[in-house]
Amino acid sequence: MLSGATRWLFVTPAAIFVAVFFGYPVVKNVIMSFQDYTTKTFFTGEAPWVGFANYVSIFTSSVFTTSLINTGLFTIGSIVMQFVIGLGLALFFKRNFPLSAFLRGLLLLPWLLPLIASSAVWKWLLDQDSGALNQFLGIFGVPAVPWLVSPNLALIAVIGVNIWLGIPFNTTILYSGLQAVPTELYEAASLDGATGWKAFWHITWPSIRSVVSVVIILGVVYTLKVVDLILGLTGGGPANSTQTLATNAYHQSFINFQFGIGAAVSNVLIVVSFVFAMIYLAISRKAVDE
Amino acid sequence: MKPRFPELRRATRLRRTIIGAVAMAATVPLVLTGCSAGGGGSSSADSKTLTIEDYYAASFNPIYNQCAKTVGAKVKINHVAGAGLIAKVLQQASSRTLPDVLMLDNPDVQQIAASGALSPLDDYGLSADGLVPAVEKANTYKGKLYGLQPVTNSIALYYNTKLLKAAGVTPPKTWDELRAAAKKLTTGKTYGFAMSNINTYEGTWQFLPFFWSNGGDEKNIDTTAATEALQFDLALQSDGSMSKSSINWAQADVNNQFIAGKAAMMINGPWQLPALNAAKGLSFDSVPIPTKDGAATVAPLGGEAFTVPVTKDSAKMKLAGKFVGCLNEAKMQATIAGITGNVPTNIDAADAWAKDHPQVASFVTTVKTARARTGELGEDWPKAATKIYTAVQLALTGKATPADALKQAQTQNQ
Repeated sequence: MLSGATRWLFVTPAAIFVAVFFGYPVVKNVIMSFQDYTTKTFFTGEAPWVGFANYVSIFTSSVFTTSLINTGLFTIGSIVMQFVIGLGLALFFKRNFPLSAFLRGLLLLPWLLPLIASSAVWKWLLDQDSGALNQFLGIFGVPAVPWLVSPNLALIAVIGVNIWLGIPFNTTILYSGLQAVPTELYEAASLDGATGWKAFWHITWPSIRSVVSVVIILGVVYTLKVVDLILGLTGGGPANSTQTLATNAYHQSFINFQFGIGAAVSNVLIVVSFVFAMIYLAISRKAVDE
Repeated sequence: MKPRFPELRRATRLRRTIIGAVAMAATVPLVLTGCSAGGGGSSSADSKTLTIEDYYAASFNPIYNQCAKTVGAKVKINHVAGAGLIAKVLQQASSRTLPDVLMLDNPDVQQIAASGALSPLDDYGLSADGLVPAVEKANTYKGKLYGLQPVTNSIALYYNTKLLKAAGVTPPKTWDELRAAAKKLTTGKTYGFAMSNINTYEGTWQFLPFFWSNGGDEKNIDTTAATEALQFDLALQSDGSMSKSSINWAQADVNNQFIAGKAAMMINGPWQLPALNAAKGLSFDSVPIPTKDGAATVAPLGGEAFTVPVTKDSAKMKLAGKFVGCLNEAKMQATIAGITGNVPTNIDAADAWAKDHPQVASFVTTVKTARARTGELGEDWPKAATKIYTAVQLALTGKATPADALKQAQTQNQ
């Protein structure tokens, strides 16, 4: 048994790391959200305390409400579709067939491309007048669709691109989860007449449930903070129809230089992410206990 | 907005997005820019070496070297990418490592001056005499001049001479003429008119000539004059003369449409001239942007200013002041204009320049009556600029009528 002091010494490096790289920034961000922190602050070092003024100003702004709703729609839409398609592909690739490993590798492509590059390409593909997608639809007589231009469609288009982006992550993790399911289970089940859907519901799904929860929770946290993709495609427009909490925070801090207000918006985002992180911890702890 | 070299503009956007991505990923936006240690400070270099920071390309170096020779200094040049500049300046301001000579986009000058990071150029005996009036307005904060712009730019109406000739259209001077011309020029896959109505300051910058020339004012955008301007913008779209995609086009996209022959006329700046001249088979010319009744256009003043940040070394600040003065001399202005494709700010130099360079003549005309974006609201301009592009977006997407769009944007808490 180690003495108390020695035990603490072992914890110290990790504690310092967490305090410097996670604790300080979060605390600083919280403090900043109560200050009038502008370009002036950088030179003078003065950031007058304004209490809850920044929060009042964001909660009363109509853009904030829009951002909140959009963040919800963006996250739910992306996660549901990414997961369904990702699971479908993972199940598909579970059957080994010629070139399956190669195709699986190809599937990772969206994940490997720099986001800025892929959003720029998607912006071209989705262009109303000369985009490849509308040219293709035009063959079937579909009139040009204003993907990124109509306030009603832009969010759907952005979600679509984000789904494309998230499929590799979902497929990869779920595929590795499927690999861990013992094949004997399926053999035994097939003897009892459980194949196809039945095998999926009674064997596959229960076996990968913990992997599923990890994929979804991590997916939620990753999706909540998406900024670059939206900035690349629409910049939050048209008419704020794709503005999310993350793009709103970016805009306040780095375009308007209202760092205090930007910090307040990102704190709201941190709280939402934190809730999901806690759920993730609870689930993974439960999985360990089991 | 922020007109600069086309290749830089792309980098700017990228950089801006990357900064955002990195910052948000860490969910600690500020610590990144606020607390990291800065690059080479001025105090460590020897007393005759001036550090310069800008977002220009290396093609600008000979100009710096020439002025360095004139004032008897050596220079250390640091080119930063586009919008990364402001983040860098803020970081340098907090770590007291600002360069000796700092280039800033003109609408940023007052904001940085307000932070106390810049020294007034009056201290070095510099003034904006003889320059186009908007330069003084843009670079003056609380009665003192903080920046000088050797060259400037603005926007004008480019037109494809072949397409206009084929349609029997003469370059428009009034709104009615522009609308009729755009309608007539719209055929098949070619739109008659293109401009950027994007949801950034760039969209605001492009809408300002309609807005200001018609008597619109940024203090309150919910006025009849502003409504008329926005109605006109919307009419071009409703006529089918302007693509609905214009709300998602940056100025570079507009230029690409024009080069590809998909737009017969466009609003853009002189920094596109290299790309336009390089396009094969394209013949073009430009005129000042039409106004309602043909009066002089009030367009926004573009271009970058040179400033002298406050450092510990007052002798060096004086030398930097001399250096900025050299850059701003009429002769240097012409040299800089030659490299950047912009317009000299000295009125006499600009007139001489227009004679030798007919391609920029319309910009020289426009610049003389241009208005500084920060002239009226100073450091509060960004808020007004956001309101203006918000209104444009609301109206062009059909979410509100022009009058309602302006009212909403004006009252909206941004």
